[in-house]
Amino acid sequence: MTHSALPDQVAGDFYTNNFAKNAQEGSLILNLGPQHPSTHGVLRVVVEMDGEYILRAEPVLGYLHRMHEKMAEVKTAAQFIPNMGRVDYGHALGWNWAFVGAVEKLAGIEVPERAEYVRVITCELNRLASHLLWWGAYLLDLGAFTPIMYAFDDREKILDILQAPTGSRLTYSYFRIGGVAKDLNEDCLSRIRAFIPWMRERLPMYKDLVSDNIILRKRIEGIGVIEPEVCRRFGATGPVIRGSGIAYDVRRSDPYSVYPKLDFEIPTSDLMDARGRYDVRIAEFEQSLRIIEQCLDMMPEGDVLVKGAPKPSWKAPKGEAYFAVEGARGKIGVYLVSDGGKNLYRTKLRAPGFCNLSLFAEVSRGTILADAVAILGSLDLIIPEIDR
Amino acid sequence: MPAEFIRILIGLVAVAISVGLIGLVMVWVERKVAGHIQRRPGPYEVGPSGLLQPLADALKLVGKQLFMPDKADPILFWLAPVLSFLPVLLLFLPLPLGDGLYALDVNLGLLLILAFSGLAVLSLLLGGWASNNKYGLLGAARAVAQSVAYEIPLLLSVLAVSFVAGSLNLAEVVKGQGTWPWNWNIMTQPLAFLIYMVSALGETNRAPFDLPEAESELTAGFHTEYSGMGFGLFFLAEYANMVVVCAVATALFLGGWNGPVLPGPVWFVLKVSLLMLLMVFFRWTYPRVRFDQLLNINWKWLMPLAVLNLLATSFFVKLAQFTEVRW
Repeated sequence: MTHSALPDQVAGDFYTNNFAKNAQEGSLILNLGPQHPSTHGVLRVVVEMDGEYILRAEPVLGYLHRMHEKMAEVKTAAQFIPNMGRVDYGHALGWNWAFVGAVEKLAGIEVPERAEYVRVITCELNRLASHLLWWGAYLLDLGAFTPIMYAFDDREKILDILQAPTGSRLTYSYFRIGGVAKDLNEDCLSRIRAFIPWMRERLPMYKDLVSDNIILRKRIEGIGVIEPEVCRRFGATGPVIRGSGIAYDVRRSDPYSVYPKLDFEIPTSDLMDARGRYDVRIAEFEQSLRIIEQCLDMMPEGDVLVKGAPKPSWKAPKGEAYFAVEGARGKIGVYLVSDGGKNLYRTKLRAPGFCNLSLFAEVSRGTILADAVAILGSLDLIIPEIDR
Repeated sequence: MPAEFIRILIGLVAVAISVGLIGLVMVWVERKVAGHIQRRPGPYEVGPSGLLQPLADALKLVGKQLFMPDKADPILFWLAPVLSFLPVLLLFLPLPLGDGLYALDVNLGLLLILAFSGLAVLSLLLGGWASNNKYGLLGAARAVAQSVAYEIPLLLSVLAVSFVAGSLNLAEVVKGQGTWPWNWNIMTQPLAFLIYMVSALGETNRAPFDLPEAESELTAGFHTEYSGMGFGLFFLAEYANMVVVCAVATALFLGGWNGPVLPGPVWFVLKVSLLMLLMVFFRWTYPRVRFDQLLNINWKWLMPLAVLNLLATSFFVKLAQFTEVRW
């Protein structure tokens, strides 16, 4: 083999070597990832370990960087929507909404009322699917092989429902500037109505079999404690900040669409640990179901796309706009600047996972490797979103 | 050639064949059970109900290139899987399948099994150490800490039973138990049985104690770098070890070949299968415990309990002897 002839100093890349400079005597530098079963994609974490204990950890990003923000500069606003479905495969509709909402705000486009309800329903269904995906994968991280199969069973039903109106199962580009692409027909609505009691029946089973399991509780209780102050400092949002006791949810704190009309709670937990974040997500299942239920009853008849909705050649007016929605992982923000030209001048995407991940280096210090994996999972990271 | 030697030879051949067969069948059973627990059919394409799937997998493993990482220690690296598998064959020799149906009649059969099963940890250590991989190293360190810790309560619980039976010969222990479940040692030694089964899970690195190969933390732990039959031997040894601990549990606590109506060996196999199914169920239902918790369970609970159990047992055994003498 050729590389065996290289001296030891050349081994490792820039990040490892830079990280190793400050290493303690006798510690072990370990690369978790970019290919590692518990990083769910191509996240890489360089850790310095003393036995099983982690002295330092440093996430290394960029393995899935696809230049979405740059692509926005060479596409018109309407052409850019498919990109948004690919930023976060877990909660694609949240990103759809954030971008479309920003453009609507910029151009002052009013969305038909029915479209708002359709958006809420599909977005919440997608949130459920995202939380189910997290739940299954998280338990897989903790060594329980079976829950992911049940989670995917439920998720499959949601994907089947969303498949009809959106035309895809994962990377949706369903929202349009001024509405949505297709109305939810009667068949689709009845399937959603049937799904709600099904999901409600499953939740107690998950609680009995998984959430209350003593091994699981011992694994996630008291680890990865994040103080509310730290959450604020790092800009954490979503279930991560709510798991630390701050009821921050864009749907309530900066209301958009028809959310002010809906009756739902923002689950929080004062535990501040991985268990707190787990509980918040589990409680959000029920809240999302409540939202969908109300929307189905309140939904008016009418169009789902505004008359004269922007075509691909449409030029956004001059100005700037910021719009944020509550994604499954936290606050999804899109900031647009338009100079009135063919393409948007600048599109800045604020990914919640990026801020949440930055907590990891802080929280994982001094924990053991197994806990670090549990903490990483509890932050619910989707790597493509972090790298954008 | 002495008759005893021939008996051992035949026994070894039979064991080698049956270990392979049991390994294949167990893989199939595990995958089928896992499938049904997870609401999917499990393997069903190859052969009737997918029965030949493990055979296909084994052929695939045999056909794979044996790969060794750069800078690994070649001798130790290849010694490890062999070393993990060979002692397993010996473990089967003193196991009594039925009355007089064992390869090796030895007074210290139990001791032989415990001694040679202790060798397994050496192979895990060698494999993890020699493969020049940090995950392998961590896995090996975990394996050693775990096996050393869990061997002690295992031994203590086994000792309690042999106190009652007055013998370390497995066949003798089985003969000391009666036909019906209430005549079995599990009735007099329930705590020892519990301790034994938990320690056995730890000893065989089965979930929820599968930390040396914890997939989500250490990719595959000590066998991260093994391909083909290198991995295959570790895998086979794990299943064979499972069979051995379940068989010993059957002989010690569940009356061995004793049972009504059916012939002895059938009862023995039935009981072993039941215990193995239990282990499979554990694996597919529980999350993995954490490393420090694993050791805490052992040192804080299993160990003191096993010692207390042993003391109480020896006290009652002595008491029984005294009263007998006086009468």
